[in-house]
Parts: sequence; structure tokens; C-alpha cells
Amino acid sequence: MTSSTSDRSASGIVLRTWTTVLRSWAPILRAEWTKFRTNTGNWWLLGGLIVLVIALGAVSDAVTSCAAGTCDMDPGKTCLIGVYAAQAVAAILGVQAIGAEYHTGMIRTTFTAMPHRTRVLAAKAGVLAVTVACTGLVAAQAAAWLGQLVLPGRGVTPADGLPGLSPLHEPMLRATSGSALYLALIALLSLGVGAAMREPAPAIGVVLGLLFLVPLFATALAPATWQRHLEQISPMIAGLEIQATTNLAALPISPWAGLGVLAAWSACVLALAQILLRQRDSQ
Amino acid sequence: MSTTVLTPYSSTAADGRAGFAGLLRAEWTKLRTVRGWLIALLLTMALTPGIAALDHSECSIISPSGNTACSATIGPGGIAVQDDYYLLHQTLNGNGDISARITSLTGAVPGGSNQNMVQPWSKAGLIITDGTSPGAAYAAVMATGGNGVRMQYDYVHDTAGMTGAVSSTSPRWLRLSRSGDTITGYDSTDGVHWTPIESVSLAGLPDSVQVGMFATSPGTTSTSSGSLGGHSSGGSLVAATGTFDHVILQSPAASGNWTASSVGMADGPDAAGGPAGGGPGPAVGAGHEGGVFTVTGTGDIGPDNGGTPVEQTLTGLFAALAALIVVAAMFMAGEYRRGMIRATLAAHPRRGRVLAAKTVVIGTTAFACGLVGVGLALPIGESILRSNGNYFLPVSTQTEVRVIAGVALLTALIAVLALSLAAILRSSAAAITCMITCVVLPYVLAKLILPSGAAEWLLRVTPAAGFAVEQTLPRYTFVSADYSPAAGYYPLSPWQGIAVLTVYTVAALTLASVLLRRRDA
Repeated sequence: MTSSTSDRSASGIVLRTWTTVLRSWAPILRAEWTKFRTNTGNWWLLGGLIVLVIALGAVSDAVTSCAAGTCDMDPGKTCLIGVYAAQAVAAILGVQAIGAEYHTGMIRTTFTAMPHRTRVLAAKAGVLAVTVACTGLVAAQAAAWLGQLVLPGRGVTPADGLPGLSPLHEPMLRATSGSALYLALIALLSLGVGAAMREPAPAIGVVLGLLFLVPLFATALAPATWQRHLEQISPMIAGLEIQATTNLAALPISPWAGLGVLAAWSACVLALAQILLRQRDSQ
Repeated sequence: MSTTVLTPYSSTAADGRAGFAGLLRAEWTKLRTVRGWLIALLLTMALTPGIAALDHSECSIISPSGNTACSATIGPGGIAVQDDYYLLHQTLNGNGDISARITSLTGAVPGGSNQNMVQPWSKAGLIITDGTSPGAAYAAVMATGGNGVRMQYDYVHDTAGMTGAVSSTSPRWLRLSRSGDTITGYDSTDGVHWTPIESVSLAGLPDSVQVGMFATSPGTTSTSSGSLGGHSSGGSLVAATGTFDHVILQSPAASGNWTASSVGMADGPDAAGGPAGGGPGPAVGAGHEGGVFTVTGTGDIGPDNGGTPVEQTLTGLFAALAALIVVAAMFMAGEYRRGMIRATLAAHPRRGRVLAAKTVVIGTTAFACGLVGVGLALPIGESILRSNGNYFLPVSTQTEVRVIAGVALLTALIAVLALSLAAILRSSAAAITCMITCVVLPYVLAKLILPSGAAEWLLRVTPAAGFAVEQTLPRYTFVSADYSPAAGYYPLSPWQGIAVLTVYTVAALTLASVLLRRRDA
């Protein structure tokens, strides 16, 4: 009897705390969501992201030809290749989420209405991550279904010791849901860079440079012994190992650990952005 | 009543400012007075040599047989060569003539049981060489696994003779004849009617040379593939065995005894699968029984592309281009950002000329930055790589000039493409994303991720085709090697690649000029 009363009061405290948190966050989240959804450009970009993932995946499936019996193609990486291009779209979404506000001067209105800058950044990150992850999941699942239809005809069959191609089972499920998380993390990384640099154009250059050039330099410039370590910390190479479905032992980093590396990059950049946001005058 | 004559107002400003030169000056002023852009342009210049200076690649000359060394065998003319084969030879003083019938050419993985591993460029035949040290001048006539009879000399010269494969039912007669510095190769189906293939002159060939029968074979070709998978099977060694009979050496002063020598072949007979290996495959070596000679060897006689190519020093170009793309896109889209475009177009109402002036200014600036960048990167990168013990593949001055001018032109074209895209999209962030995704990403995918077929396709149809202008690695039709993009080979020739990029640039510039005139600013 006594214990149940204390339980009730404890859960009541938790509930009240949650309500308070929600009540304080709801307006910020709603404001950010309104800003996001009323910008038609964002919907075009999300549509473009889906089209890129599916279309490039379809091309990649169609041009694959593998000798049946000795095939070592990775089906996950093959049908989800469009994520390499779609991450550029996620990067624009991330950079523009804050860059556009600096661009138009809207940021002053935002900070006047919501002086708690960290909360504004967190709300932007939340809206962005959820939207991009959901869109990415739809796109990646569609690309995986296409792969399941096309790839067996191109010699990539589970009979060769390759994993099953069903998008609803491991390891394809990991590849598709991981790709969606990857895109969301890229958007967050870009949000951080955009907030730190305030100017969208150079910010997008920095993000894409970090993604595309680090693996290139790792291969071309580093001695063989460093190369593996550089691949392990490269946000794109490590992050996209989440798409691997076969031959996992040969990867420079395991799939989830690789995604963790990207998450660490995003977290560090967002933390830096948060410090700068609090310290600097909002022009 | 008096009438007043009103003269219409006319500006007293000098006319010259309205001309194209004035427009150019106005655009140049806009470009150079934004501090961030100036910094980015300096980065465009500095990143290529700066990143070349960071190159820590270890020395790696990986010959097709899998050997790793930090120096190359140098052949006639100073080029890097591979010179690994097995030879059964005599000393020939002065002029002479050797002929033989070759009745079979087989290939096997040393120690393996499969005897049908003969490669298209497995070779066995007759050779006249300056000596048995690798890199010597030579001329040879040979039967090959899949390319008929060939006459080859001094590593990079190849002439076709009879077609078709050699077998006991259709043997090939081969003949080499020396007269002074001139060596003539012949082939025949019967040993009576000889067809000359080619007469070649080996300048400075000494009086005393080695003449004999040789055999060698490159391994199975491995193709590099990206992390996506594909055909990443590594190459394995193959030993070719040639069977000769009716060997006739006509010479006034031949030594008379056949000597067996292994030329090059760093692995040695044992490592390549000698009898100790226990397998049924052939041992590298030579045999002689009742007028029938067999010679077995692995390796190749030909040019070696295993050294560091000049373009290795240009990796930083991609970072330089990223900085340039940002400037070029903002140079155009920045006008829209603060409404500057309205002032610009009010001052110069002919919109096509405004775009032309911007194109000339950004194109010339990019060309100059590219020229300085690549001009510094080549010597800096080369000296650093050399000091790390890398062997540099030599290139002609003409090729070096082509790389420097070509990369500067590539830089200019990419700047103009970025400017045009920014004029079309009117947003610098979108233009920069499109540019980096269309120019840099295809290269990254082709080099690191995709299997070679898809990689070659990307480097044909995307603007990244333009990077072909930096390739100096030569492609030899008579050498089996990994010619995939991952190994540094572009599917298009340097100027074809630039042509593809030019088509994209001209199309984008045309669309930009049409849209600039049609749309409200």
C-alpha cells in the first residue's frame, strides 16, 4: 500500500517533469518545424534526395554483372550507392537550416523570440534529423527493394555465400536503416558547420571537402600503415561502412562503430557551433 | 517672343568606361576586393603544392610480378623496364643467324596442376641481347599465347607477324638474323619460305652478344576494384614453357655450348616453384633432349609502369578546386544575394556582355592560379617523393608541359562551369553542391569505391572526365597490366577528357546567358 503510493508519486514527478520539458520545448520545436515546412525549397531537396538514392541505385543494380558462383559484390553497397550523392542534398539541408537565417537576417528575430540559443540549435537539429532520417529510410528501403528485384538477375545471389537480400531482414535492414541515420548525421554535421561559419556557400564547400577529400588524400598521400587509420576516422568512409552486408571482417571498421565515428564528428562540430553561437553577436 | 533651344542632357563622363574593357575592370575590382575570395584564390594557388609537400607515400614500385623495390631496372632510353625471363644462350661474335621451330607454348601456375594457364602475352622465342643483365638492349621474335607471332625490341617496340596460336600441328618457325647493328626477324610455317617481320637497328650493339631461346610469362592480371567488391582477385604467377626443335645457329664464331641463365626473375627458380615445391607444375629452367629444347620462365620483357607517376604530386588539386568552386559560384550568385545584380545591370544593360566579362575575369584568374599551383606542385612533390626513395617514371618535357597547361585549363573550365551554374541556379550553396557532386564525387567513386567497369563509365560521361589531362602513365597494348581507374588510368585520352568538360562548360554558359537575358533580375 505504502509502496504503491510512493510509486504513484514518483511516476507523477516524472510525468510532471516531462510535461514541463515538453511545455518549454514545444514552442521552439513548433517554430522550427514551421520554418522548415513552409520553405518549399526544403521539400524539393527532400524529394531530390529520394530520387537520387533510388535512381542511382537502379543504375548501379542494372550495370552490375557478376560471375555467378564467384561473385564478391556487396549487395548492400551496390543498391545503396545513391547515398554517396544524396549526402550532398542532406548537407545543403543542414547548412541552409541555419545559414539561410543568417543570410536573410531572420536569425535576429529568432534569437529575440527565443533567447536561449542552445535550445534553438537543438530544436533545429531535432527537426532536421527526424525529417532527413525519415526521408532517407523511405529512399533506402525503396532502393533495397529494387535491389532485391534486380540483383539476383545480375549474378548477385544469396547462393554464392552472399547474405539474403530482403530489406526487412539483417543485414539489409542494417544497411538501409543505417543509411538513413548516416544521412541524418551528415545533415547534423552540416548544421554545425553552417552555424559555425554562418555563410552557407563556404560552409557547404567545407562539408563536402571533409567528406570527399579526406578519403582521397588518405589513399594518395599516406603510407599504407596510416591509410587504414585515416579510413577509420574519415566521416564518409567509416560512416558508410554501415552499408556493408558481406565480408565484414575485411572492413577498416565495423558497421556500427563506423556510424559511431560519424556521430562523434557531428557531435563535436555541433558542440563547437553551440559555443560559437553563444559567444558571438548574431550579426 | 524668343524660342529657347533645349539641348538634351549628355553625360560628361568618358565613354571608354562603358566599353568591354571598363566592364572587365569593374568585374576584376569586384573579385579582388572581397577579402574572403582573395583568401580562397590564394588557397587555390597554395593547396596543390602545399598538399604535395605533405605526401608521405612510401617508395613503391610494384612490378607486375609482385616485386616491390625502390628502384627500377632501367632499359635503353632511360625508361623503367621489366626484364625477367629464362634464357638458353650462346655467345655470338659478329654477324650470325639463328632459326628454330617452336612446337608448343604452355603456361602453368608454378607448382599448380592446371597446364592451360597460358596468358595472351606469354612469350617464347628467339632473342639477341646485349647480355644477361636486366635492362640490356635486345631484339626478339616470339610466339605469344594469344597475339600470334611478334617481333619486339628494346622493351617498347612491338610488331605483329603471323597470327594464330602455336601447336604441334601448326608449329611456327622463327628466325633472327644479325648484320652489324641491324637485326631482322622472320617467321615461317615450313622453315623454307621466310617472311620478314621487321628490320630494327640497335645502335651501339657490341660485337659479342648473347643469342638463344627464351620463355617468360606475365601472371594473371589483377584488376583493382573499389570497396564495393567486384573482380578483386589478385594476380598469380604463371610460368610459360616453350618447346623448340630444329635449332640452327649459323655463325662463324659461336661458342657451341648452350648455357642456361635466369635473367631478372628476382624470385629465383626455387621461389617460383622448383622441384622442391612438389607440385606437378613446371620448374623454371631449361632442358635439352635429343635436339628438343624446353625453356620455362616467368616474368615479362617490356616497359614497367610500377614507379610513381608525375600526377601523384597533383592530389591536392581537388582541394584547390573546391576552394575555387566556392569563389566562382559566389562571384556570380553573390550579385543576387544583396541585389547588386540590379546595379550591375543598370550600369551595363547588355546582360550577355556582363556574363562574358565575368567569365573572362574568373576564367583568366583561375587559369593563372592553376598554372602557379601545378607549376609549384610538380617540382616540390617530385623532390619530396624522391627523397622518400620513390622512383619517378620519367616523362618527356612535352608531356610535362601538357600536364601543367592542361591542369591550368582544367582549373579555368571548372571555374567557368561553377560561375555558369551559379547564374542558372542563382544560389551559391546549390551551385557549389552541384559542382562538387558532379566534378569531385565521380572521381572519388571511380578511384575508391566502384568496380572498374562502372568507374570507367563515370570518367567518360561526367565533368570529371577532364582529370584525364593529368595522366602521364602510358598504356601499352602489348603489356598485360591493370589499366583500371583505380590504378591511375583514365578511359579517355587527355584532350578527349578536356573536350567532355568543355562541352559541359559551354552548354552551361549558353544556358546561363539565355536565362540571364530572359529572367527578371
